Amino acid sequence: MDDLIPEFITETQESLGELDVDLINLEQNPNDKELLGNIFRLMHTIKGTCGFLGLPRLEKVAHHAENVLGRFRDGDLKVTPVYVTLILESLDRVRGLLSALEENGAEPEGDDSELIAKLDAVYEGKDEAESVSESESEDGDAVMAVSEAEAEVVAEAEAEAESVVEESSPVEEPVPVEKIQEAKVPPPPPPPAVVEHHDDAPVVKESAVAAQSLRVNVEVLEGLMTMVSELVLTRNQLLQILRTQQESDFTAPLQRLNHVVSDLQEGVMKTRMQPIGNAWAKLPRIIRDISLDLGKKIDLVMNGQDTELDRQVLELIKDPLTHMVRNSADHGLEMPQERIAAGKSEIGTVHLNAYHEGGHIIIEIKDDGRGLNTERIKEKILSNNLATSEEVADMTAQQIHQYIFKAGFSTAEVVTAVSGRGVGMDVVRTNIEKIGGSIELRSIEGKGSTFQIKIPLTLAIVSALIVEVGGERFAIPQLTVKELVMISEKSENKIEKIKGTPVYRLRNQLLPLVSLSDLMGLPSDNSFLMGDGPSSDNTELEKKQDFIRVSDEARAKYIVVTQIGSYLFGIIVDRVFDTEEIVVKPVASILKSIEIFSGNTILGDGTVIMILDPAGIAKATGKIDTSESAEDEERGKRVVRRSQTTSLLLFRAGTESPKAVPLALVSRLENIYLDKIERSNGKMLIQYRGQLMPLLPMDSTNAVGTEGQKPVLVFAEDTKVTGLIVDEIIDIVEEHIDLQVSGQGGVLGSAIISGKATDVIDVGYFLRTTDTDWFKNHGDEPYDSVGLGSDKRRVLLVDDSAFFRNMLVPLLEMAGYDVTALESARDALNMSEDGEVFDVIISDIEMPEMSGFEFAEKVKEGQNWKNTPMVALTSHATQQDVSRGAAVGFSKYIAKFDRESLLNTLSETLSEKENAL
Amino acid sequence: MSQLEEFEIDSTGNRVVVDSGPAKEFLTITIANQLFGIPVLQVQDVLGQQSVTKIPMSPPEVDGALNLRGRIVTAINVRRRLGLKLIEEKKTDMSVVVEHDNELYSLIIDSVGDVLSLQDKDYEPTPATLDKMWKDVSSGIYRLESQLLVVLNVPELIGSIKSAKKI
Repeated sequence: MDDLIPEFITETQESLGELDVDLINLEQNPNDKELLGNIFRLMHTIKGTCGFLGLPRLEKVAHHAENVLGRFRDGDLKVTPVYVTLILESLDRVRGLLSALEENGAEPEGDDSELIAKLDAVYEGKDEAESVSESESEDGDAVMAVSEAEAEVVAEAEAEAESVVEESSPVEEPVPVEKIQEAKVPPPPPPPAVVEHHDDAPVVKESAVAAQSLRVNVEVLEGLMTMVSELVLTRNQLLQILRTQQESDFTAPLQRLNHVVSDLQEGVMKTRMQPIGNAWAKLPRIIRDISLDLGKKIDLVMNGQDTELDRQVLELIKDPLTHMVRNSADHGLEMPQERIAAGKSEIGTVHLNAYHEGGHIIIEIKDDGRGLNTERIKEKILSNNLATSEEVADMTAQQIHQYIFKAGFSTAEVVTAVSGRGVGMDVVRTNIEKIGGSIELRSIEGKGSTFQIKIPLTLAIVSALIVEVGGERFAIPQLTVKELVMISEKSENKIEKIKGTPVYRLRNQLLPLVSLSDLMGLPSDNSFLMGDGPSSDNTELEKKQDFIRVSDEARAKYIVVTQIGSYLFGIIVDRVFDTEEIVVKPVASILKSIEIFSGNTILGDGTVIMILDPAGIAKATGKIDTSESAEDEERGKRVVRRSQTTSLLLFRAGTESPKAVPLALVSRLENIYLDKIERSNGKMLIQYRGQLMPLLPMDSTNAVGTEGQKPVLVFAEDTKVTGLIVDEIIDIVEEHIDLQVSGQGGVLGSAIISGKATDVIDVGYFLRTTDTDWFKNHGDEPYDSVGLGSDKRRVLLVDDSAFFRNMLVPLLEMAGYDVTALESARDALNMSEDGEVFDVIISDIEMPEMSGFEFAEKVKEGQNWKNTPMVALTSHATQQDVSRGAAVGFSKYIAKFDRESLLNTLSETLSEKENAL
Repeated sequence: MSQLEEFEIDSTGNRVVVDSGPAKEFLTITIANQLFGIPVLQVQDVLGQQSVTKIPMSPPEVDGALNLRGRIVTAINVRRRLGLKLIEEKKTDMSVVVEHDNELYSLIIDSVGDVLSLQDKDYEPTPATLDKMWKDVSSGIYRLESQLLVVLNVPELIGSIKSAKKI
């Protein structure tokens, strides 16, 4: 069955106990309306729950008992011991069924028609004599007798009658008929004169489940939680005091208190935790209904039902989740015939998955349906005037998809009963963001859509970063804080201004900034941080700052980089303290309208502190529409993705202009004493780790000198090492390299790195200079850059490193190849499926997801490219690698930074291929 | 003028109650030399100077928030609410903590006096000509022997404070 059963058993056992007592009371006070009402309600609940859980036997018994109770309640049947006994008998039956249910997880086989017949007889007010006599006869007759009274019941009873083992009521006392006949209403049936006792009658047992769990009012739990929160605060205060004292007798007990409180907090939190499956319980039914309504075949797969999260959070996501699953089934999945036409299985699948990830719960809703229809969304955007056609033309599919989160957006052409009213996704998004969560969408047309919801585990106690602005302290919920940036006078990047609006260059992105002191009108000196903007920028803000005396204090500021949903912005604060666990308390009602605060709390030292609401700040400082900013971020992300960064070592040698080399190629950095350099055969050598390392000056025109120290970049491959002497190591940076000018003689080309024109050196060139053996496998063949025919040879380059792609593509293009560069082997295989044809494939070996070896295997297994020669590209070539490469189908192996041999190998490979043809 | 019954708080903190006809008890406070009364049942606590956390962007009447035995209390400057000048030296700041809508507010005033039991016959409605700012937050006047006592309407005083919406 399902998880609800134990809960149902617990609940029903309780209700039954209550009913027993109430019924006895009722017997004594037959006119107690309130009592009757209560009994009726309890019975009704049992009936309802049984019906919901699909327990027909229980439901039927409860239903008929309820009917009788209903007549009691309406006052047209007098409460007599006979009837009470009858009801009690029904309760016993229910109890017996429950025990069996608990034991076997299923309702036992059996028939209750006799009991039901009795109940019905009372309900119908049938003459007792008739029904009794009939009911005592064998089954079939009993059923027939009742059928006159209630045709409906008959149908039910008959259906069961065949498979039935006769069971009679376990207890029943005969009651004199005369007594009963005193009742004004048609006399009830007396109980059967003969009571059969069957051994196989359900045995009533104490419920084990009921004994183990306890139902506690949510309010009690909430109260507990509040008190624990207070306790946590007090504990924090005590610890704070303790910290200021060197030696204290309280240290040990306080530490214990600390642990106990932490455990208590955890324990109480646990009581609030509920499996997410609770929120999903309705979904199978919804899916079933949708599949019936729309004639779709839908399979709902749920994983991680046991993932627990705070009740409060659970309540808040229930509706959005239901909505989204409904959407997936309705909008996402196609009709069976469409699916078959699209080459998919007839049955559409909606996957629901929940799991923990770093203090968050991730919920995924995935369907394998048609995906979002980008074109239709575009039309809708235009028809709703959400963007201009030019803007839309510039957008990627991802960006366009984000529009489904806008209010009033529905792409369903027809509004079905299920969805398509356009009130959905924006509400979903708002609800999720309200609890500090975020929602992401990925959709591939024809393949399906995936929504990923990320929500915090709990809302009651949050970790917050304490900051100071203008002498006042504030708390910022840690969940929203992405990173902290310190800016001092010496910092390279300053806060810049555009018409008075501060912004900051955070890596590759322009980060909008909010100065808290300006926003809140608190005194604070920001001027020194600002770059010298155009003089016309003399805004009010700056004027104001002229009057603020510059303090001599540490002149540094911090930017708290904050993320709201997917919108990233920075909050400028004066100081940052540590983080503290805080309990969010609501602000006084007269302060509710200040949207930059989400609450307030008491810190460990006893002071009251306001909790900043970054969403409110974002709202207060600009007309920020989170859905738009999400697109911005999407755009940002994509830019980053496209221009993946490479770690570069920046150094100086010879000239002033910086030079760069990919850090991955450098094995070590050493400082050598120049007087240790030995010379042999015109080459510089140094004893290095027990072997001789050839040294090369980066700039051969300058003498290396004989005194002092110089940094050396050590390149190693296999057992060979070479050192490159440089003048100064500048920095290691993560940058995207875009070679703009190609160079020669040791320089691959120039790129802008850290804002300066930088030469990216060709390591291969240097390595070859020291040792022609370095690339002995494929170093000497002449390469023929022309003569490849008028048709450009098509080269497919697969390398996960953007640097190498960027480096090799221009190189290969210059050599006359038509190059297609791809980031992953999977992309390449997709291209293979699409029927693209290449003359040669160059692939990296070390790649995430699928290595070059696997890729080669797949290519050779496939049809389209199995005859295309493949060249392996690697930065670390060991003999094993080479042989493995050969085994899987790489015809050549090239060190990554050796461009000459790459070109040679290419032309060689191509000519081999042509000769073969 | 009938006789007024003064209620002294004795050393044990108990009030000495003398019953003399229909009367109401008020805690007297002074703001800018004017005597005010707050119904004693509304008073939760009387505090001396407290460290108050400022709340930026709050209405001008709100001085900040403070911690009273683990509960957060919003401090309201009554002088400002009444349109009076603030005293430069705030050394003698006293405040009266009242509850409004299940939230605690501390009313910052100049000084706290005694608890008086005032008889209904000395009560007068607020004069129509009173400064509007004052009229809004007072629920009547009691004629004392030597001076007049203005009854502060606490719910009105707090409820009328609206957050500045300018952001």
